[in-house]
Amino acid sequence: MADNLPSEFDVIVIGTGLPESIIAAACSRSGLRVLHVDSRNYYGGNWASFSFSGILSWLKEYQENSDIVNESPTWQEQILENEEAIALSRKDKTIQHVEVFCYASQDLHEDVEEAGALQKNHASVISGNPTEAAHSAYQPSEDESLCTVSCEMPTEQTPSSDQETALEINDVEVTGEKEKRYDDKTHAKSASEEETSENVPIAEDTVLQPKKNRITYSQIIKEGRRFNIDLVSKLLYSRGLLIDLLIKSNVSRYAEFKNITRILAFREGRVEQVPCSRADVFNSKQLTMVEKRMLMKFLTFCMEYEKHPDEYKAYEEITFSEYLKTQKLTPNLQYFVLHSIAMTSETASNTVDGLKATKNFLHCLGRYGNTPFLFPLYGQGELPQCFCRCKAIIDQFGQRIISKHFLVEDSYFSENTCSHVQYRQISRSVLITDRSVLKTDSDQQISILTVPGEEPGTFAVRVIELCPSTMTCMKGTYLVHLTCTSSKTAREDLEPVVQKLFTPYTETEIENEEVEKPRLLWALYFNMRDSSDISRNSYNDLPSNVYVCSGPDCGLGNDNAVKQAERLFQLICPNEDFCPPPPNPEDIIIDGDSLQSETSEFSVIPEANSETPKESTSLGNPEETSQ
Amino acid sequence: MHGRLKVKTSEEQAEAKRLEREQKLKLYQSATQTVFQKRQAGELDESVLELTSQILGANPDFATLWNCRREVLQRLEAQKSPEELAALVKTELGFLESCLRVNPKSYGTWHHRCWLLGRLPEPNWARELELCARFLEVDERNFHCWDYRRFVATQAAVPPAEELAFTDSLITRNFSNYSSWHYRSCLLPQLHPQPDTGPQGRLPEDVLLKELELVQNAFFTDPNDQSAWFYHRWLLGRADPQDALRCLHVSRDEACLTVSFSRPVLVGSGTETLLLMVDESPLAVEWRTPDGRTRPSHVWLCDLPAASLNDQLPQHTFHVIWTAGEAQKECVLLKGRQEGWCRDSATDAQLFRCELSVEKSTVLQSELESCKELQELEPENKWCLLTIILLMRALDPLLYEKETLQYFQTLKAVDPMRAAYLDDLRSKFLLENSVLKMEYAEVRVLHLGHKDLTVLCHLEQLLLVTHLDLSHNRLRALPPALAALRCLEVLQANDNAIESLDGVTSLPRLQELSLCNNRLRQPAVLQPLAACPRLVLLHLQGNPLCHAVGASEHLAELLPAVNSILT
Repeated sequence: MADNLPSEFDVIVIGTGLPESIIAAACSRSGLRVLHVDSRNYYGGNWASFSFSGILSWLKEYQENSDIVNESPTWQEQILENEEAIALSRKDKTIQHVEVFCYASQDLHEDVEEAGALQKNHASVISGNPTEAAHSAYQPSEDESLCTVSCEMPTEQTPSSDQETALEINDVEVTGEKEKRYDDKTHAKSASEEETSENVPIAEDTVLQPKKNRITYSQIIKEGRRFNIDLVSKLLYSRGLLIDLLIKSNVSRYAEFKNITRILAFREGRVEQVPCSRADVFNSKQLTMVEKRMLMKFLTFCMEYEKHPDEYKAYEEITFSEYLKTQKLTPNLQYFVLHSIAMTSETASNTVDGLKATKNFLHCLGRYGNTPFLFPLYGQGELPQCFCRCKAIIDQFGQRIISKHFLVEDSYFSENTCSHVQYRQISRSVLITDRSVLKTDSDQQISILTVPGEEPGTFAVRVIELCPSTMTCMKGTYLVHLTCTSSKTAREDLEPVVQKLFTPYTETEIENEEVEKPRLLWALYFNMRDSSDISRNSYNDLPSNVYVCSGPDCGLGNDNAVKQAERLFQLICPNEDFCPPPPNPEDIIIDGDSLQSETSEFSVIPEANSETPKESTSLGNPEETSQ
Repeated sequence: MHGRLKVKTSEEQAEAKRLEREQKLKLYQSATQTVFQKRQAGELDESVLELTSQILGANPDFATLWNCRREVLQRLEAQKSPEELAALVKTELGFLESCLRVNPKSYGTWHHRCWLLGRLPEPNWARELELCARFLEVDERNFHCWDYRRFVATQAAVPPAEELAFTDSLITRNFSNYSSWHYRSCLLPQLHPQPDTGPQGRLPEDVLLKELELVQNAFFTDPNDQSAWFYHRWLLGRADPQDALRCLHVSRDEACLTVSFSRPVLVGSGTETLLLMVDESPLAVEWRTPDGRTRPSHVWLCDLPAASLNDQLPQHTFHVIWTAGEAQKECVLLKGRQEGWCRDSATDAQLFRCELSVEKSTVLQSELESCKELQELEPENKWCLLTIILLMRALDPLLYEKETLQYFQTLKAVDPMRAAYLDDLRSKFLLENSVLKMEYAEVRVLHLGHKDLTVLCHLEQLLLVTHLDLSHNRLRALPPALAALRCLEVLQANDNAIESLDGVTSLPRLQELSLCNNRLRQPAVLQPLAACPRLVLLHLQGNPLCHAVGASEHLAELLPAVNSILT
């Protein structure tokens, strides 16, 4: 299978995170030969999503493989004399302070000891590394523009590890690519159909069960495939760069999305819904009539604040929260606007930044629904994969491959390369809970909640709660992601918020009365390295044809990744269009034939039942509702 | 760069498209021709269905072809077995759906669907409701679909409560939805029928309050959205005034009976029959309007024969029965009296509350409070200002008169495009107030001077007025309805901008008319005055016609009966 892998490429991309995948797709669209490599056995790097068992083995890897030092000298034989090797890291140091808690009751037939160990273990720091290391050799030749880089995969695998290196090749041949694309598409479809059809009986099961029947850990394990747990928790702004890119490049057909249904706020110990769209304000029961008017008036102003400079110019020097106090807004409304709509804090942004953020939020409203955000079904980890589709996947080891451009994701660099880099950290927590933080008639809500930092200097925590219909968790549970910029370890940063919003499962089992807060079934904390905004100069000794992709940033949207991908793409392919749509199959000239071959036969009967309205959003031209 | 797909250039693409279009057009035209030929030849068979479906599939707005299809289907109905027909109908329904996808607002397609469903022995209405719901999900303001939904809901006898819940769900999604609000206004009276004795079409107070809250949410959220304001107005003023005879007046001198109605009617048109009983025996009379024109009017009159007015009896009773309006009234002419009348004791409610009904005044009061609150936040919102004015009038027109006038001023400033409409509305309200004041005082003299009036209305209320002062206003005409003032003796209309006098005609008692400082240009505009038998004094100073050569002679010729014409 691997014998016929070409030995020369235009671009080699190492890492399958979102920016890398976008660049690989863009380069391939522009006709470059791209080798896309990932040493992990899953897509996405730190952008990945895992099933429940997947996340458990991801955690395990961090424990077991922490000390692998497995120098394989074979690759060195292939380094040519005029080339210089850059060692890539075998350890992934991007994840730290991993702690796991299980609150769901453990079944009797389960290994009690192991469960106990798991609980005890929670305070220990587990650091892991990827099992696979790639090494590259590099030596600038006399002619800089023609310099070659050889990419080398170690032939020897750790015997214990069944890891495989996933190689992806963009088939540059027209027919090949076409076929593959269709193959993949049908495959993807049938997979999802399978998924949903399988889901149905399960759903009935849970519904039939009486409410008292609580979810146990073994149920979670059993239903582990229902989970798609994202390492990064992000949403798509419905007018953000990523949506634009997905539409422009037609990659959107590989993904389905759901609209976030609610924006929530946490105020005075209570979770409440933030009315942000016109329909929300109209339907809101918590706002008075006058507040409705105030809020709508202010939001309408924000939509085109630039046109009314006299209304905010005098306040440019002060913070946005101070500015809000000067407006006709009740404290209630000021809180909503500051924390839930502009999503900033008391001190973080000035008037203009706040207005800009508010405008951006409002600008995204209504494109696909009543909130500005979309979530990809099956998790954020789907997105890098979308850009990776239509390629062949090959397991490949031990071959010398040459390329002009080298794109490396930050986590692959060795300590030597990064010794001077100052990384920030992201605090992350993933929870499985038994109900929503704000109960309503519908149990299929997808919510985002911002909890402002309590003391000055602490950061706001972003909470995203996903319901089972996002295909990220099993029936009867919610998957909750917490994210903030780290000031301490993830648990130290996030536990206070978790305690405010949830109660551990065990405590409440004693009392029989209805508890207000959702109960925690399982919790995971970890810190992730934030390599965004790191200047290329901070890395040691990078050759000019090696480009760096950063891992995920802490922000809510994906704009950073897209911007970075576009910037790097322009370096590799100056003056090329970034991710143009694939040509219409009808317009592709095969064998140089001309137009005569096309039979345009008269058939005015439209393709009936084009599409029945689906629950999920498919991207397209949504803005055409008019009367 | 290597590895690129070869694709057609844009010129090639354009050329390919052009050729394709040309080809399509050719086929479209030939198919149309074939259909027309077959129709003419009476070959209404399935091939016509096939051909028309090709054309309508591309252009569902081709109404003639839908007719063609109906002809074919009707013919096939007679020929086919029930099973074949069922299959045919199924295809037709599917085809209609595909046409609606091409154009969801095609009149022809929706109509055809109505027609088809109406002919089916066992139509599947549930499916049709589902179809509507789906199309309304795509565009919640598609009134074609709303229309069809109402048809389906009626046919399927869907409980109004369910349909109301449906409008709820759509208003929740986007309250800017005229159709949805309108549907509510149809459903709510069905859901809450009033006892027979009460005024029809009104809602119980608790329902009304709930609706008011809902609609308030809408206009506080977006005060510029008209749909909510329209619904608000419907909520507050839905009761039609009950048909009534407002006033009967009988005059011995003119041998004439005058009747004033609560709404304009066309007496003698078949539906509107008016029976007159004089001293309890029916009398056949000829009814006419005061200005002699046969068209709907508030006031009708008839000449009475001398026998019904003779002085031998102590009194004559005149009993008028309006059959269509189920109303009647009686008045008495006493011996020795020149005239007699009967009029409802004037209350504002009966006279002018037709636009905003009198609900419990607490409801109106609280509506007024919230509108004023909104107005403070949105001082320039015209809908809010207008609603405040209407609410004030509904509550107490006289008490709020001054405030209302101030709101009118603000409203005119923020909505200059409708200044003339607002002037007229303001005139109407001022006139109503004056009439009320006059009636409370029980006098027959009405002063309407210095009020900035631009238009005269409610003249049918002034049947008994003898002295009318309209001076110092902005009137441009004395309209035909003025002819209803059968008792008018003195009319002052100085200092206006009057150009025409159509209404100053056939006024049996008019003696004195002042028209100084107006815009009467030609003596000919005074022609209507010739029909006022008792007119003796006419003031015309300060009109353009005074400067015309030979004006006095012309006037003397035109109005020989008028003793003094001052120019």
